[in-house]
Amino acid sequence: MKRNTKIKIAYISVYIFFLIISFMFEFNPGKVIGYNFISFLVYMLKILPCAFILIGLFEVWVKKEVIEKYLGEESGIKGYSLVILLAGTIAGGLLVAFPVTYSLYNKGAKLSIVFTYIGAAAIYRIPMTLYEASFMGVKFTAIRLLISLPLVIITSILLGEYLTKRNYKMAEDK
Amino acid sequence: MYYTYAITGLILLISFIINKEKTIKAIKIATVKFKKIFPTFITMLIFISIILFLFPDEVILNYMGNNSKFISVLLASFLGSITLMPGFVAFPLCGILLTKGVPYMVLSAFTTTLMMVGIITFPIEKEYFGVKVTIIRNIISFFIALIVAVITGIFFGEIF
Repeated sequence: MKRNTKIKIAYISVYIFFLIISFMFEFNPGKVIGYNFISFLVYMLKILPCAFILIGLFEVWVKKEVIEKYLGEESGIKGYSLVILLAGTIAGGLLVAFPVTYSLYNKGAKLSIVFTYIGAAAIYRIPMTLYEASFMGVKFTAIRLLISLPLVIITSILLGEYLTKRNYKMAEDK
Repeated sequence: MYYTYAITGLILLISFIINKEKTIKAIKIATVKFKKIFPTFITMLIFISIILFLFPDEVILNYMGNNSKFISVLLASFLGSITLMPGFVAFPLCGILLTKGVPYMVLSAFTTTLMMVGIITFPIEKEYFGVKVTIIRNIISFFIALIVAVITGIFFGEIF
């Protein structure tokens, strides 16, 4: 077993032990932390299985050449439009975006497209945007999107180019 | 939520009808990937549970309403960066803040950092991108949020 894994198991055990003790002795902060943990765990277990199954299907069905063609080095403006559309329709925000972009990257998507996807998935998911506008007003949401989206694309291109020059590679085998 | 499940189920079914072996392989890939990242997710949940205890909704409300606008924008982007909440919680909260007189630019800083900057999701992001790139991406996102907040302030007449 790797050292990292051992450390993880150790602090997770300590944490769980702390929660059990808190609930046994009615230690309020511990109980609040416990409830927070459970509510977020449930929330994530609702989203993640779907996300990973879709990623699995993506990996077996979508050919590398297709991604290289539409989201690869030569993709241009079409690639950015496509990836923003894709990010806008996939639920789950940042947490889902990381594994999704990882698969896209391994299938040949370029780095600037990867970072655009992450930014867009964070700020511009279509259902979330409609929900936001209903609370904050259309003007607020429109300004937020129209300003942030171009900034996301520009910074993604700069970051992508900088990292490509430095031969950056994403982690292997995740 | 249910409709995500329905669509996933439908796609899975279609895939299964077209090619059984490929579909089984897809599910295996999904399981392996999920298992690899799961301990990191638990780590992140531990952080979230503690941070939300330290900064409950009322505290966030307090911090954002009681200062000068610019300090509030900075505080809001700081709070947005360290917390994580689903949009269906965050926007109603912001709706309440709005009726209490919190400026649009403060809420813009809060929601944008909330969505783009993830100090809590750091453990997960670094598994895929490495520490350095994760830090760079989050810093860039933080500044994007500040720019968006300032421009929001200009458009709503909160700065001039």
